[in-house]
Amino acid sequence: MADKKVTEMADKKVTKDDLFWVFVRSNFLLGSFNFERMQAMGFCVAMIPILKRVYEGDELKKALRRHLEFFNTQPFVAAAIMGIIGAMEEKKANGADISEATLSGVKVGLIGPLAGVGDPIFWGTIRPVLAALGAGVALTGSLIGPFIFFIGFNIIRLATHWYGVQYGYTQGTALVENIGGNQMRFLTEGASVLGLLVMGALVAKWTSVNMPLVISEYTNSAGEHVVTTLQSILDSLMPSIVPLLMTFACMFLLKKGVNALTIIVGLFAIGIIGYAVGLMA
Amino acid sequence: MTLVLLFIVAMITGFASVLDEAQFHRPVIACTMTGAVLGDMTTGIILGGTLEMMALGWMNVGAAMAPDAALASVVSTILVIVGHQSIGAGIALAVPLAAAGQVLTIFVRTITVFFQHMADKYAEAGNYHGIEMCHWLGLLLQGLRVAIPSVAIYMVAGTDTVNEALNSIPEVITRGLQVAGGFIVVVGYAMVINLMNAQKLMVYFFLGFLLAVFTDINLIGFGAIGAICAYFHIQTMQMNIDIEEAAKTGGGSGVEGDDIDDSELM
Repeated sequence: MADKKVTEMADKKVTKDDLFWVFVRSNFLLGSFNFERMQAMGFCVAMIPILKRVYEGDELKKALRRHLEFFNTQPFVAAAIMGIIGAMEEKKANGADISEATLSGVKVGLIGPLAGVGDPIFWGTIRPVLAALGAGVALTGSLIGPFIFFIGFNIIRLATHWYGVQYGYTQGTALVENIGGNQMRFLTEGASVLGLLVMGALVAKWTSVNMPLVISEYTNSAGEHVVTTLQSILDSLMPSIVPLLMTFACMFLLKKGVNALTIIVGLFAIGIIGYAVGLMA
Repeated sequence: MTLVLLFIVAMITGFASVLDEAQFHRPVIACTMTGAVLGDMTTGIILGGTLEMMALGWMNVGAAMAPDAALASVVSTILVIVGHQSIGAGIALAVPLAAAGQVLTIFVRTITVFFQHMADKYAEAGNYHGIEMCHWLGLLLQGLRVAIPSVAIYMVAGTDTVNEALNSIPEVITRGLQVAGGFIVVVGYAMVINLMNAQKLMVYFFLGFLLAVFTDINLIGFGAIGAICAYFHIQTMQMNIDIEEAAKTGGGSGVEGDDIDDSELM
């Protein structure tokens, strides 16, 4: 590379506007998800505002190519990777000694740990908790239900995207070291505690199993007709025990690799057979 | 007019189902929008709430793909509102629809491999507009794969043949499906619990269960209790780490200002 070119590029600088457009495009990361390279195109498209700012000609072609490599992580935390890579690409364009291997190393090195944090927090906790909250209200027919979920979730999501890009860009590789640290573990486990507690409550509150099968029927000494059903016995022992056991059975089957839809069909069969033989109502 | 609006709504849910960002594809949103377009938003909201509980654990993690909430939500809402079916029947119909939607999205995700290779060619040429176009084409197909079946079903949903077919389902099936609707949600809960995969934290699950069985606390209350538990849990974790570090440094020097790097060097 000619010296002249390096000095020319010395002041290549990503602007605030570029970062804003990376943020906007980060919302479409998964648009072209495919089975070969998954989010690769989405990542490349999100990086284009930065790439076309700092590179041109052959350098731009190379940059586009290297960001069409395999990429797959939790889509909200991906914004932080975009920020970090953006900062690295800017340095590289200004002559810093950053090889293509280093760039893809950072990318590949981050997708696993970040998905490990993002999946339990967003898919395991925040979405189910807000969705259950919204759905609970929606069952009454109130429009507030969908709004609770939609607005609540999107505020958190957009904030994650925005700060991910900004923080990733300003911190650059320094952020990489934080990701393995204790803060992330605290966040993941804390979210899991909240999520599991709410799941426990949902198993008891948002299920209904009624087993009106009559176990015994007699007239007591006071002349009252007493009917004991399976449900009344279960309720005196531990209410909601049946949904709890069903949940454990499902967890077991899912761990065995049984498809969720297969289990759902199985539960429908239990419902139909249970109703037909008079065990359930 | 309804047809055009339905097409737009179905497109939006199709986009959202692959993007998994704004969550327009989640039943509680998708059914509400579809219901609004079909002139019966309240039914849409209630069906959406019920389906949402069932679909709570349907998520895209890693390369695994969730059952398709978008097609299931839009089409089951059409069948309930236009086809005059019960909410229970709508839920039962949503299950095969979710499976069908999953097949369609797998199909599109396979076709998109072709766009991926087109994008490679554009990268060689330095044409970033071309790469963008490939990306948007993939997204467009994901919208169409929900919108086309939805509009097609909307056009036949009100007809006598379809109504007769739906009404010929025996009562034991429809009532049985409603019974199952009461507990089908456990699959979703199980998926969420498995994702967290934290045996030692299951005690919090049981705490939530017992509190819900024996008290009248609502879900917002549980959220608050969960947050407090999380706070105490993190405190305990921090304490354990401090104790470990103190033990490693021989208990003597430099308890303050020690960070993670120290422990790793030891």
